[in-house]
Amino acid sequence: MEWNEVVTLGWWQFAFRWLHVIMGIMWIGHLWYFNFTQTPTMPKIPQELRPGVARYILPEALWWFRWGAMMTIITGLILAALQKEFVQVITIGLSTTPHNPHFISLGIGMWLGAIMWANVWFIIWPNQKKNMGLVQVTPEQRTRAARVAGLASRVNTLLSIPMLYGMTSVHFY
Amino acid sequence: MKNPLDSLTQTVVLGFVLTMIMVLVIHALAA
Repeated sequence: MEWNEVVTLGWWQFAFRWLHVIMGIMWIGHLWYFNFTQTPTMPKIPQELRPGVARYILPEALWWFRWGAMMTIITGLILAALQKEFVQVITIGLSTTPHNPHFISLGIGMWLGAIMWANVWFIIWPNQKKNMGLVQVTPEQRTRAARVAGLASRVNTLLSIPMLYGMTSVHFY
Repeated sequence: MKNPLDSLTQTVVLGFVLTMIMVLVIHALAA
C-alpha cells in the first residue's frame, strides 16, 4: 500500500482525534490530580514537608496542566476543521434544521471545554502565579488568589463531567 | 451557607446533575 493511500483526510482526522485525547488526558489528568489528590491531602501533610509540594510538585504540575489545556483546544479546533464540522459545533447544531443532536451534544461539550480553557489561562494561572510568589503581592492578596484559583479549579472539575459527556457522545447521537 | 465547591463529593454530584440537565437540553433542542 502506498503512503498516500494511508495518509488520507480520514487518517489526519483520526490522528488529530488521537492527539486531542492525549492532550486532554494531560490536562484533565492534572486537573483531577489537583482536585482529587493534592488539595485534599495538603492538610494531612506535616507543615515542614508542605514546601516540597508547593515549591517542586505544584509548579511542574501547573506547567503540564496549562500547556495540556492549550494543546487540547488547539488540536480540538484543528480536528473540528478537518471534520468540516467547525460551524456546526460552534453554533451547537442550531445553524441547520432539523437540529442535529450530534452537533448539539458535541457543541455544548466544546463550549464547556472552551470555558474551562479560559478558566485555566485567565483565572487559575494568573492567581497561581500570585499564590506561588512569581508575582509579588501582599499576604492578603496571596490568600485571596489561592482561594480564587482553588474555586476556579473546582468549577473546572464540575464542568469536566458534562464536557466529557459531550465529547464522548459523538458515536451515540 | 457553605460553598458546595468546597466539598469534592458535592462537586462531583453537581457535575452529574449538570450532565443530566445537559442531556435534557440536548433532547429538547433536537426534538
